Amino acid sequence: MSRDTRILMGMPIAVEIVDACSARLIDEVFTYFAATEARFSVFKPESEISALNRGGLRLADASAPMQEVLEIAARTKSETRGYFEIRRPDGSLDPSGVVKGWAIRNAANLIRSAGVQNFYVDAGGDIQAGGVNAAGEDWKVGVRNPFNPREIVKAIRPRGRGVATSGSYVRGQHIYDPHRLGQRLEDIVSLTVVGGDVLEADRFATAAFAMGRAGIHFLEKRSELEGYAIDAAGVATKTSGFDSYVTS
Amino acid sequence: MTSSLRFPAIVISAAALFGGAVSAPAEAANWSWFSSPVKQSPQPAPVPAAPNAVAANAGHLRDGAYVGQTVDAYYGPLQVQAKISGGRIVSVDVLQYPADRRASQRINNEALPELQSEVIAAQSTQVDIVSGATLTSEAYMRSLDSALEQAG
Repeated sequence: MSRDTRILMGMPIAVEIVDACSARLIDEVFTYFAATEARFSVFKPESEISALNRGGLRLADASAPMQEVLEIAARTKSETRGYFEIRRPDGSLDPSGVVKGWAIRNAANLIRSAGVQNFYVDAGGDIQAGGVNAAGEDWKVGVRNPFNPREIVKAIRPRGRGVATSGSYVRGQHIYDPHRLGQRLEDIVSLTVVGGDVLEADRFATAAFAMGRAGIHFLEKRSELEGYAIDAAGVATKTSGFDSYVTS
Repeated sequence: MTSSLRFPAIVISAAALFGGAVSAPAEAANWSWFSSPVKQSPQPAPVPAAPNAVAANAGHLRDGAYVGQTVDAYYGPLQVQAKISGGRIVSVDVLQYPADRRASQRINNEALPELQSEVIAAQSTQVDIVSGATLTSEAYMRSLDSALEQAG
């Protein structure tokens, strides 16, 4: 079993591989994340996305990964009635809302293509796991308490599916204090989505979170997605199939 | 979303800030290179950081039912009641809803079926991995950097 965590794309990325494998495999996975960051970071002037945004590169001449990511972004926008938008107010494109889940999915495929069945990749709390853990059990994923990072409020077994959580920053005071309400109690502060893979989970978690309370209903209408939304009052609403993943 | 933000993002939880070790900043906690979905309603104005008293005192609240002040909740007044038992919040009931629901109706003008709800509760089960909103605000990264410096 090998496990490592590195800070890439502005977040901790953890990879665990249960099976015996080449010592270089984990390095290759992190190299892939680094290359993805180099291509898609809007904060790196030398990145391909920066060249596109400057007009120095035409869309038609963009790389295959860039074309794929932009296509996924356009598809997600149309699937979510415009709630998913990578074009910023200044007109430039920032596709990193797609890139995160896409990169985790591709990293998982890289691991599988090396013959590994039992692993997980966790990038900033969005997760693709495959197979079983070192104890031979289905991977168990906790849903973090948005009000206490040391706690989980749910445990699920995604059984090969992807898990992603979108959340908001609750302002610097406790939301239960009615005299100092920083936000509406009905605001959704955390939305966890289980999807076919981590790319599906991540793009729909991002879009459905932007829908506010309607987001969980959006997920309910899509049979391949399940969700668990927590509002600022600490009340969770779940899709009707979410409990099929819940474990104790 | 205000245009003054460095990134047009509504993302991302800095839940780690609620551990109490770091005082919560007023700026939005955006993932450093993450883009955003479109936010339908403007965010409430940021408020000054205040001690996270209730969270810090979880388990030490006095039992009872407490009715909150009526508060302007962006599109109308809202009032809640919190019930405490065994020192913990067991329910938060909304006693008064904003009368003007246009903001919600704009977000979703379809009739919504009831979905099952529950008050969240900490689970003691051991898990392999934790899913949460990306813990990357500027403050988070600063803290992480300093930790890594010590570790290095």
